[in-house]
Amino acid sequence: MSIIDQMGRYLQYPFVRYALIVGVLIALCSAMLGVILVLKRFSYIGDGLSHVAFGAMTIATITGMLAQKMLIILPITILAAVLLLKGGSRTRVSGDARIAMVSVGSLALGYLMMNLFNTSANISADVCSTLFGSTSILTLTEGEVWLCAVLSISVVILYILFYNRIFALTFDEDFAAASGLNTNAANLAVAVIVAVIIVLAMNLVGSLLISALVIFPAISAMQIRRSFRAVTVWSAVFAVIASLCGMVISILQGTPVGSTIVAVNIVIFLACMLIGRIMGRAYA
Amino acid sequence: MITCRNLTLGYDGQAIIKDLNFTVKRGDYLCIIGENGSGKTTLMKSMLGLLRPLSGDIVFDEGLTAGTIGYLPQRTDIQKDFPATVREVVLSGCLKRLGRRWFYSAADRQLAAENMARLGIAELADRSCRQLSGGQLQRVLLARALCAADQALVLDEPVTGLDPQVTAELYRLIEELNRAGVTIIMISHDLGAALKYATHILSFSDRIFFGTRQEFTALMGQEAQA
Ligand SMILES: Nc1ncnc2c1ncn2[C@@H]1O[C@H](COP(=O)(O)OP(=O)(O)O)[C@@H](O)[C@H]1O
Ligand SMILES: [Mg+2]
Repeated sequence: MSIIDQMGRYLQYPFVRYALIVGVLIALCSAMLGVILVLKRFSYIGDGLSHVAFGAMTIATITGMLAQKMLIILPITILAAVLLLKGGSRTRVSGDARIAMVSVGSLALGYLMMNLFNTSANISADVCSTLFGSTSILTLTEGEVWLCAVLSISVVILYILFYNRIFALTFDEDFAAASGLNTNAANLAVAVIVAVIIVLAMNLVGSLLISALVIFPAISAMQIRRSFRAVTVWSAVFAVIASLCGMVISILQGTPVGSTIVAVNIVIFLACMLIGRIMGRAYA
Repeated sequence: MITCRNLTLGYDGQAIIKDLNFTVKRGDYLCIIGENGSGKTTLMKSMLGLLRPLSGDIVFDEGLTAGTIGYLPQRTDIQKDFPATVREVVLSGCLKRLGRRWFYSAADRQLAAENMARLGIAELADRSCRQLSGGQLQRVLLARALCAADQALVLDEPVTGLDPQVTAELYRLIEELNRAGVTIIMISHDLGAALKYATHILSFSDRIFFGTRQEFTALMGQEAQA
């Protein structure tokens, strides 16, 4: 049986179709936001927040509120995003150290709580799937698919509408502020949207691998394109390609979804780096 | 058009500059000189409304507000490896003109094109900022500043790190803008340039001095004799 037939057979299952739709949409948003995070040197916020989301997930697990887990995870992660951004340069602990603290802190405490309070017999499997995503993408309900679709499409629309302001904010925050942009509010909006996307992406690739969805497409695009617009567009394109290929490979070969998508992203990055080198300064 | 009265500036309640008084009038060329860390950038950020003074006032008149001053940031504040074309950067100077619109209009693009031509960077429009020399990048940022405001410009150490020839060209360009009626406020390390181009000087060495260039040279003469 050819791969295409095999894929066609899988596509008859609604949960496979859901997974593909949600996976592509989430990867698309992560990558677009990733351009901002990478250029503003905020990549670590994405990483930190994904670990906070893991900690929040364990709270949902041990309190037996898995069904309403979004109601717990989303507010906690958004709160963390706000707090991480808020301090700015005014705190005693420098920005990246603070994020690292929050990040490993929630990871450790989350795992600790899982061990202390979890009633399930198979803790390591639970933890593993939260961290690496394993199968949860295939267990989405129709409601979750709609939630993901609506949120992701809103993010894309907002990104396009605010594109010029996003560029100004990313390139030179002081200049944007001097031009009358409320940069505090804008940064906050970015952080909140990143938090939402990270919570959604946790279903796809697990909390340890989310940063890859955020960072890789943007960095790959930067290897080969020189304008902000082209970097944004190509970042989105690479994200869609990587998540589609990753999910298809994972379904056909039975590999873990998250790490397969990241692996495809790495391949794309290496290819872009090579192309960038060969094209040389023309595209540098 | 800008008057600073008993201005005290600083961070976290800690004053860096105390009791500053000066006035900038339309068409002036003010040079702000002082050592590293004496608070020049801090003063500029306050004039742009990015930083609230600890006490005192900055008063704008003649149709000027903090939002209508264009500025050229200190070069360390700009990312050298940012993926953006010259056109994208210059156009972002029109941000203020966006108002409630989402996208730039044809008039905004026209303004960006005019300012690129004015600063001699029209043919670089599609180049990446990463490929530009220091002097070219300063012209790009100057064009952006002109899109934001063509009445007054604040320039933070525009020539630092540029070679002498490029420096001279940039000074000539700034002088031309000043002749065309743009009020210039330039932060500089370069006393020579200040004495050559400025109409007024604000100096932050041991004590604060503000006055015309002639007053400043007279004072320097006295100090040299003493
Ligand atoms: N964001 C900030 N928070 C606290 N202190 C600052 C900040 N920025 C600058 N400073 C301090 O203010 C002083 C003046 O800095 P600055 O205005 O950049 O000097 P200059 O531009 O004259 O070299 C320096 O001692 C610097 O350490
Ligand atoms: Mg400075």
